[in-house]
Amino acid sequence: MMLRLDNVTKVYKVGAFGGKAFAAVDGVSFDVRQGEVVSLIGESGSGKSTIGRMILGLTSITTGSITVDGVPVKAAKEYYRHVQGVFQDPFSCYNPVFKADRVFRMIKDSYYPEVSGAEWDERVRSTVQDVRLNPGQVLGKYPHQLSGGQLQRLLIARALLLDIKLLVADEITSMLDASTRIDVLNLLAELKERGLGVLYVTHDLSLGNYLAERTVVLRNGTVVEMGLTEKVFGDPLHPYTRKLLAAVPRLNAPWEDAEPTGVCRYHAAGASGPLLEAEAGHFVACARLGDCPR
Amino acid sequence: MSLRVSELRVYYRTLKGDVKALDDVSFTMRDGEILGLAGESGCGKTTLGKSLIRLDGRMRHMGGTVELDGRELPIGDDRRMNEFRFHEVSLIPQYSMSAMNPTRKIGKMVGELLRSRGVTLDRAELESRLDLVELPRTVLGNYPIELSGGMKQRMVMVISTLLNPSLLIADEVTSALDVSTQKAVAKALTGFRDAGFVKSMIFVTHDLALTSRIADTIMVMYAGRLAEKAPAGVMVTAPRHPYTKLLINSLPEVGVRYADKKLAGIAGSPPSLLDPPAGCRFRDRCPLAGDECAQEPPVAEVEPGHFVACWKA
Ligand SMILES: Nc1ncnc2c1ncn2[C@@H]1O[C@H](COP(=O)(O)OP(=O)(O)OP(=O)(O)O)[C@@H](O)[C@H]1O
Ligand SMILES: Nc1ncnc2c1ncn2[C@@H]1O[C@H](COP(=O)(O)OP(=O)(O)OP(=O)(O)O)[C@@H](O)[C@H]1O
Ligand code: SF4
Ligand SMILES: [Mg+2]
Ligand SMILES: [Mg+2]
Repeated sequence: MMLRLDNVTKVYKVGAFGGKAFAAVDGVSFDVRQGEVVSLIGESGSGKSTIGRMILGLTSITTGSITVDGVPVKAAKEYYRHVQGVFQDPFSCYNPVFKADRVFRMIKDSYYPEVSGAEWDERVRSTVQDVRLNPGQVLGKYPHQLSGGQLQRLLIARALLLDIKLLVADEITSMLDASTRIDVLNLLAELKERGLGVLYVTHDLSLGNYLAERTVVLRNGTVVEMGLTEKVFGDPLHPYTRKLLAAVPRLNAPWEDAEPTGVCRYHAAGASGPLLEAEAGHFVACARLGDCPR
Repeated sequence: MSLRVSELRVYYRTLKGDVKALDDVSFTMRDGEILGLAGESGCGKTTLGKSLIRLDGRMRHMGGTVELDGRELPIGDDRRMNEFRFHEVSLIPQYSMSAMNPTRKIGKMVGELLRSRGVTLDRAELESRLDLVELPRTVLGNYPIELSGGMKQRMVMVISTLLNPSLLIADEVTSALDVSTQKAVAKALTGFRDAGFVKSMIFVTHDLALTSRIADTIMVMYAGRLAEKAPAGVMVTAPRHPYTKLLINSLPEVGVRYADKKLAGIAGSPPSLLDPPAGCRFRDRCPLAGDECAQEPPVAEVEPGHFVACWKA
């Protein structure tokens, strides 16, 4: 199983009249298994959301393939019953003219016409409580009457109401405070135990570290390192991964304490290599792995 | 003393009644101080920032005073506040990155903005500030969409501080940025303070770890009130208020394995500010709550510079 990206590339046409080609995602392969959280990290513009949008069929794949249980991505109702995404910027993905309960009712009409209204309302209430919102306080409201954090959680609830197997979660906790954030992460961990696969996109490395079994590090559209989270974060091999880790703010320890020592001149020159297996389950894009002094 | 806020009350008028978003808040800031302001979503952080610069249509100044460099700010009087805005107090609002005019080149926009304030642009000064935040001077010829999030955020910072305001309020300016950019923006903020472009700064954020990197003092609010205020190092290692303790314990860290450990959020949710309960507002979520907590706990200075509003701290 279950989500598999195989040598996926996305090329955007940019510049005047689309004259130039720009590879936002370039030859990316990884998979997400059932009951597993994989976190996708990388700086702004590295291609994380583009990958998420391709998985959800919101943008086309230029070359390569993305399959879920062997079936290629298809922007169709049956596909979305099992695969859902929650995206960055909750304000843009909500239709401003519908109240929250109406949005949920539309899911029922479309996917579960056989469920009775009363039973559906009960499901909605309990799902909304799962994301730690008070149904009475949010369901009757229009989007502009809700805070960013409340909207983000309603979007998660909307995805969870479907019988999903795979969730693409793109910066879904960016507007939540520390305590609510942990509640949402623990909820995802619980769903994972029940078999949900999650692709967790985040710029907060501490959250990926908390939740994910495996981590994929993306730079300029290519994977530079991936593997078990404890390996990637505990023994980062690629200079880019080390740079990201060093930039993470820590309680009561200055950034300088984490500054990586020694610069890799090979990488500073922009060179990279194919993904090699450095140790079991830990891959790094470095052609000089063997003679790296570290 | 650069800023002195005393017993400040600012409410939102709504059909259902007043939302008591700031309810008797007092604190002071020294010259050169960076104050990190944290607390749960909806606790009043943005309201505090706005109160020091412009009350929006629904906000009402219900009591208390704000003094900046010894002068009282007429915060309830929109017209008289004009003299202070931008010159003395400047705000980088939440979501300001997306608020830049998309149809104007950045250099032109800056010029227009300054002119509307009756000031002429000092090109050399502007360029030296771009250097400080590591923005190429060519950005002045760019449209906002041509800049990445972090570049836009640094540009907004440069613009809001061009007139060397005494106080800068930065509201969630780093939340949408990746870690490397976050670090660059945070360092630029401290650089502005060190260079004297702003005397003091309120840095509003959900990210306590980031605050602890750049703030001298951290203030945590809860449901419209001050819960705790302490030097940054003390706040993250020895918090005294039960809410702050739980908040800090809910922060995951990199380099720690969580395979079998679970962090816990704080059960329950904050009270409605329409009709907040009497006594301590954290009471129904607080593991230490006792009978005395039915009375409102006063803000007490438990150590020099360490203030806590809790009967049991
Ligand atoms: N529709 C588009 N046309 C042209 N270029 C695009 C388009 N969408 C994205 N890009 C470019 O593709 C690259 C990857 O963008 P993407 O949104 O996937 O990044 P990201 O890793 O999600 O970044 P962030 O952390 O800022 O959300 C960026 O350089 C972006 O400018
Ligand atoms: N225009 C408004 N009308 C009524 N109530 C409002 C209005 N704006 C804010 N509030 C309420 O005032 C309280 C404080 O809001 P504020 O925006 O200051 O919170 P915050 O601490 O900045 O939260 P966040 O971390 O989500 O930005 C909240 O309970 C909010 O619901
Ligand atoms: S005053 Fe009482 S309820 Fe409030 S934080 Fe302290 S112990 Fe808890
Ligand atoms: Mg993105
Ligand atoms: Mg706010």
